[in-house]
Amino acid sequence: MIRASSSDAQASAPLRAYGDRRNDGMVQMSFVLEIAPSVRAKEAARQFAELHGLSEVLITTMEPCADGLTYFVAYGHSRHAVDPAAIHVPEVATEVLSRDAIEALVKERLGRKIVVVGACTGSDAHTVGIDAILNYKGFAGDKGLESYKAFEAYNLGAQVENDQLIERARALNADVILVSQIITQRNCHKENARALIDLASAHGLRDRVVMLLGGPRIDHKLALELGFDAGFGQGTKPSDVASFIATTVCAR
Amino acid sequence: MLTVPMDAAKVADCRSLAASVARDVQTYVDAHTSVGVERTTLRALGVEGADDQGAPLVNLLVDRYAAAGLLDRGIATFIGRSLLAGAADAQDAAERLAFGPALDDPSQGPGAPEARQALESLTQRAIERIDQARDTRERTKARLQAGPAPLKYVIVATGNIFDDALQAKAAAFAGADIVAVIRATAQSLLDYVPHGATTEGYGGTFATQENFRIIRQATDEASEKHQRYIFQTNYSSGLCMSEIAWMGAVERLDMLLNDAMYGILFRDINPCRNFIDQYAARRIIARSKIIINTGEDNYLTTADAVEKAHTVLASQFLNEAFAKTAGVQEAYIGLGHAYEIDPSIENSFLLELAQAQLIRQVFPDHPIKWMPPTKFKTGDIFQSHVHDAMFNLVGITTHQSIELLGMFSEAIHNPMVMDRYLSLKSARYVFSTARALGDEISIRPDGLIAQRAVDVLNQAHELLAQVASEGMWKAIERGAFADVKRSTTGGKGYKGVFQKHANYINPWMTALEGGS
Repeated sequence: MIRASSSDAQASAPLRAYGDRRNDGMVQMSFVLEIAPSVRAKEAARQFAELHGLSEVLITTMEPCADGLTYFVAYGHSRHAVDPAAIHVPEVATEVLSRDAIEALVKERLGRKIVVVGACTGSDAHTVGIDAILNYKGFAGDKGLESYKAFEAYNLGAQVENDQLIERARALNADVILVSQIITQRNCHKENARALIDLASAHGLRDRVVMLLGGPRIDHKLALELGFDAGFGQGTKPSDVASFIATTVCAR
Repeated sequence: MLTVPMDAAKVADCRSLAASVARDVQTYVDAHTSVGVERTTLRALGVEGADDQGAPLVNLLVDRYAAAGLLDRGIATFIGRSLLAGAADAQDAAERLAFGPALDDPSQGPGAPEARQALESLTQRAIERIDQARDTRERTKARLQAGPAPLKYVIVATGNIFDDALQAKAAAFAGADIVAVIRATAQSLLDYVPHGATTEGYGGTFATQENFRIIRQATDEASEKHQRYIFQTNYSSGLCMSEIAWMGAVERLDMLLNDAMYGILFRDINPCRNFIDQYAARRIIARSKIIINTGEDNYLTTADAVEKAHTVLASQFLNEAFAKTAGVQEAYIGLGHAYEIDPSIENSFLLELAQAQLIRQVFPDHPIKWMPPTKFKTGDIFQSHVHDAMFNLVGITTHQSIELLGMFSEAIHNPMVMDRYLSLKSARYVFSTARALGDEISIRPDGLIAQRAVDVLNQAHELLAQVASEGMWKAIERGAFADVKRSTTGGKGYKGVFQKHANYINPWMTALEGGS
């Protein structure tokens, strides 16, 4: 995952997009407008890009992509700049540890395995995320939690209802609950995740269990807002999650 | 000409092992029925509609007779008896049986032969409806002609059937040959088919008969407009597999995603229920000459594509055997596989090429369906576009029949109109620029590609031999496919399975089996 660490903020100069030369502000955009290709359409696209803050706009592609719809590619100089020093975002604060460090930490501090229960909840049938984090195989060479001596990982799979997940977590005396939400429409992933937290609280589990949320549309900030301890988005590796769990559970 | 070494005797042995596995399962299937199969029979006999709560009449009736322990006679028994007792038609009979004060008692009055006879004209009419839809499709296809292989397959998934219709037309405009409407998430677990047109769905659009009609009309219009036959695709899978096969047949769909084992492995549907339902579904599909798309590509999303490539091939032999058992001809068995090897592995392209070519040679007359990379896609759309281009290159070089096009926004969102357009544009380019590549090149007989093909076939053969010796039920129980383990009595839908009574009748299914 992308971490905006505080050291990035030392550059006090506002950030502008970097294309060919520093501060040239070059960006590309692609979009579809509901108009057939024409000279007028091209001008419409140019003005559309300008309204997004681009100057010296070049419309490099104009092609019909369906009846009455045109696909455009535009280049231009963005006049916008952001000041990184003025940005405050919550981030997962724990360090990423090596496998040996995780094993040693849990063995010394805890002296037992950390029980992790994970599932794709609600109607979500896509286990690719939870499998990548929990299963032995892991993802792109980074092995999953099952491969660590420090963890006892249970992957409940897809389409698990919140109450089933809580029930299993209680039965297994879980230290950590890991929820994956991949497919979502109209924010149903948020409602479902929030409902899980409410259910955990109702069962008195919330304070005893570390609760984590993951998925391509999840970030740490959103997870905190929904009442989780941490959120893991696109690009998260099993070792990121393993480090967070080991550090957090051992610190409790 | 590109070929990989293939031991024909070993391939023949794989087929006979798979056939023995399918035969063993079929003895179980022949002795059982399910609520899904019985509902399908009702629909075929002409029962339609739903109550004010949206519960389909076919469900109300089947559930009533299942709860009474009478479904083992076959629901046709009761429809036939009701007709003999004066019901005007199947609809009237179904309403009397579902809502009448008393249950029908099959131990009194007309027996199975009389009931069967009473259903003769309805049975014939059901078969005619399939045949007419099929003949209309075949005529249109002959007149308009499909595009060149690989047929370019794209998906629409807005959740609203009317938006899907617009997107389908846009896809046809951009060069698509096949449009699939992705189903709403988890519809496979519903033990009923929703009724009517739908405009809300998560992750896709509900498969309903009315939705099929709406989207078929849109692709018909697109076919005429572009003077190119556009195929329409949906899902015959899950707990309503056979009902949806019927709907697809009469609403003139061209393809159905339909797999002998997918529901068991990936939706935790009970194996018994699944095998019973897939057989009935495939009997309908065989009659209507719909092309099935099997789901072996999914294996590689849970299991590793390098280590478990042979499970895909083994499963294809099994899917073929099950399909043939149900009367589906090779030209309609669209076996699936996928480009899912970790792209960071050196020479992974060669391994993909080996597998794709091997499958092409093992199943030369089958409309093989080649699926794009998904597992290792990230949010980097530019890299993703290149990844898809490599996939397209294997597709054209190895002469795949149907290619589901990759989307650069895979792993981000449902395809937008622009995503689909760029995907089609790039596929058109690769297919055209490398059209005859596979006819021009040959590979080293002692090289990496050849060796990989040999290894995969050997391993598939070993796996099939093991499955044949232990039986399908045991193989599924121990996780032989996709690393997923399922028990024979576990999973969803088992209570909808019934052993047939000695006097069970299902004249419509019998007619499909007889091919008359």
